[in-house]
Amino acid sequence: MTENRVTQHPYLALTDDDREEMLRTIGVSSIAELFGDIPAGVHFDRELDLEPALSEQELSAHLTELASRNVDTTREVSFLGAGIYDHYVPGVVDAVLQRGEFLTAYTPYQPEMSQGVLQAIFEYQTAICELTGMDVSNASGYDGTTVTADACFVAKHATGRSKIVITEATNPQVRQVVKTYAVGFGLEVVEVPHRDGTTDPEDVRRAAEDAAAVIFQQPNVFGCLEPAPELAAAANDAGALSIAHVDPLSLGVLEAPGKYGCAIALGEGQAAGNFPAYGGPHYGFLAARQDYIRRMPGRIVGETVDTAGKRGYVLTLQTREQHIRREKATSNITTNQTLLALGGLTYLTWLGPQGIREVGEACLALGAYAKQQLAERAGLEVLFADRTTFKECAVRVGRNARDVVKAARERGVHPGYAIGRDYAGMDDVLLVAVTEKRTPAEIDRLADVLAEVAHA
Amino acid sequence: MKLIYEKSQPGRRSSFVPTHDLPAVEVPEELRRAEPPRLPEVHELELIRHFTELSTRNFGIDNGFYPLGSCTMKYNPRINERLVGLPGFANLHPLQEEDGAQGALELMWRLQEILAEVTGLHAVSLQPAAGSQGELTGLMLVRAYFEDRGESEQRRKVVIPDTAHGTNPASVTMAGYEVTPVKTDARGNIDVDDLRVKVDGHTACLMLTNPSTLGLFDENIEEIAKIFHGAGALMYYDGANLNAVCGISRPGDMGFDIVHINLHKTFSQPHGGGGPGGGPIAVREMLEPFLPVPAVVREDDGTFGLDYDRPNSIGKVRGFTGPFGVFVRSYAFIRMFGPRLREMSEVAVLNANYMLARLKDAYELPYDRLCMHEFVLSARNLKREHGATALDVAKRLMDYGFHPPTVYFPLVVPEALMIEPTETEAKETLDAFCDAMLEIAREAAEQPELLKDAPHHRPVQRLNEVRAAKQPVVKYGFADHPHLEPTAREPVVAEAPKGV
Repeated sequence: MTENRVTQHPYLALTDDDREEMLRTIGVSSIAELFGDIPAGVHFDRELDLEPALSEQELSAHLTELASRNVDTTREVSFLGAGIYDHYVPGVVDAVLQRGEFLTAYTPYQPEMSQGVLQAIFEYQTAICELTGMDVSNASGYDGTTVTADACFVAKHATGRSKIVITEATNPQVRQVVKTYAVGFGLEVVEVPHRDGTTDPEDVRRAAEDAAAVIFQQPNVFGCLEPAPELAAAANDAGALSIAHVDPLSLGVLEAPGKYGCAIALGEGQAAGNFPAYGGPHYGFLAARQDYIRRMPGRIVGETVDTAGKRGYVLTLQTREQHIRREKATSNITTNQTLLALGGLTYLTWLGPQGIREVGEACLALGAYAKQQLAERAGLEVLFADRTTFKECAVRVGRNARDVVKAARERGVHPGYAIGRDYAGMDDVLLVAVTEKRTPAEIDRLADVLAEVAHA
Repeated sequence: MKLIYEKSQPGRRSSFVPTHDLPAVEVPEELRRAEPPRLPEVHELELIRHFTELSTRNFGIDNGFYPLGSCTMKYNPRINERLVGLPGFANLHPLQEEDGAQGALELMWRLQEILAEVTGLHAVSLQPAAGSQGELTGLMLVRAYFEDRGESEQRRKVVIPDTAHGTNPASVTMAGYEVTPVKTDARGNIDVDDLRVKVDGHTACLMLTNPSTLGLFDENIEEIAKIFHGAGALMYYDGANLNAVCGISRPGDMGFDIVHINLHKTFSQPHGGGGPGGGPIAVREMLEPFLPVPAVVREDDGTFGLDYDRPNSIGKVRGFTGPFGVFVRSYAFIRMFGPRLREMSEVAVLNANYMLARLKDAYELPYDRLCMHEFVLSARNLKREHGATALDVAKRLMDYGFHPPTVYFPLVVPEALMIEPTETEAKETLDAFCDAMLEIAREAAEQPELLKDAPHHRPVQRLNEVRAAKQPVVKYGFADHPHLEPTAREPVVAEAPKGV
């Protein structure tokens, strides 16, 4: 019997009497005997050096104290973006995700027990296909970075080629993860520099020769709209898969990648229905043209009928997957981000076709207003000023941007991401993100604070 | 039940987006969206009713017993949901300056320390998003380690037992390695004789789950470690079954150099119908320089920070520092146990052995040993004598109100039923499940059609998986959506792994 069992643990059910009776049924005299197969040499012979168990009340106080030492977007006006955005998450998302039937289920291996989540994923796949103009979506990947790496694996096998072209104006974290995965995939990664904030299709055309894929981001890391149809065409002409990394909330106002010839559209889903949550968990989405359906990574839900002819949903095309194909699988993914994708579906349902257009228009209008105020009111140089931007813009702040961030935060405003870590020659550049949650008054305040702390 | 798209009515909506009196911005025509996406158009009550109705057609640990082997379906404490929703966690931007994220960084640092202690290893990275990404990350570390030693070219092989999760070999391929399979012996351990001839200077590492997917602790683990380390190779521990041994035996002490921990299994992150998960990795000291960036560190002055200055790092495997919300829940879960994590594992093992004792006469037991936190039975006897398969047993269990166990896995056991009760179930629940299993074994003999036609009370009966794969319908087609006709009775469900 456990020696240090002081009080009955709230998460455990067995009483002392239960334990005695169960040991008798098993035919052993102690719990220790159950571990008799563990060689003595690898028995752990002391107590774990962990702090003592807390009550729920103490736990709650401890985590509340930790949370209070974070400065979140309710405590300072934030213009941080660079991949994760402070969009509004409606109450219906919380209500749906807190349903225990969804929250506490495992992967839907047994469809008769799991029609709820299977149908929801089917609806999610439909929403992603509608947004991106693609034929097939998976049930989600880990985030916007890993789905991009997954797509490289698809491209390698679809083309038999071993070079990945990615634009330098693609989010740096996405590029880093692609490079990390590329080593094992046996892929070379080539970056195409931007010219004044966007990518020149001719540069892509030259780089795309013998490439398995060309990856670009729309809007790109600077918020600038790329000449996406021309980039896709340059990739397609070279026989490479054209892969668009897109912001789902831009797709109410920006054209769907499927409509301009992309092979794959993917991206970070957080903006659509997930809280920033210090980087996760969120969902990555990945959708493709029909040609790649049997090379898709991850779970896919399909419609079928039961023995009585009633419509239902199952995990399908499983011969792609690791539990069947093992070392020949299209991916090793098993756990994905279903609950977060369900948050995405709930949010996109809440928005509807009008709402997603309106959010996009609000981001465009507020972003343009921000550029104007940063230039006129704060006297800053807006980079790539003649480009159309969505949600984000880059501004020069005249001195080290990290110092500007610090000074602005002392005034209650987080002015954006200091992008110098990722791009040479940009130590004095801030990436300013404006979502529909920001107001003109908050943008005015940003401009006033920057006028004070930046030296243009 | 209708799809949300079939409930859609033009003109309805749930959202109300604030507008400001600002000039509209025109998107250049060639980049502008021509046709709106056909997202659902419903009002808010319809939205809530739709997803509530969907939830009633789903089954979670909140609904009932869920002994899905190797998935560790334990209670997910509700307080953790409240805590993860605190504004200081939910609304914290991942690029917030370090001095504005001290609470989050401290929580992650504390979780790292805890996982290092539980695994008996030196350093932890929380970045991998799930177990299989932890595996891949681990293999990337193996490669970086051998590259650093100039042995990368020669060491191309990863040894994997035939009981392994499918993710292991899939990760090996993604990492650019080759699989060397190794057999299981008559007691359910790795066949050490087979191993000896397969491990040499070309071996990069072993990937092993211990206890294995058979629910058995490998009795020769010390010998296995000697073989690998003697050949200069590394040992990788798939932590899917860590729930059996917390505070009882540590992977680091068994000889493993790299471990991934499934936070959504052992440490109670709710699995959300497929995810999220968390797959932190713990490593021995010599592998620390290769861990992903950024590292979460405690500075000399007691503050917490992110260290990007790791020149030998493999790079990033995911955005930012990992799925933070998962860390909040798992940290909270662990703090409710502290050193009593040992009791958690003890009860998980007690529960499994109790069920095994009650069931082993009615079903075949391929390896007659005490089990760890889970056990594998075979329905081979029912199939041989009455034509009832593991799948039939699984479907019939639904009629009794239980989620089925994992079936057809591990592959080395025909008609496998892999049962994992976890520590959070009451004896009455275990008894009710065992009673049902025994009753089903009787039914197989007396009324096998009860199994063949099961389930009887779920929203759908057995679904035609074969047709779903042959003629994939993977999204709603609106006006062109196909209407699938019922098929004649035929074997429609593949007898392939369902679970893990």
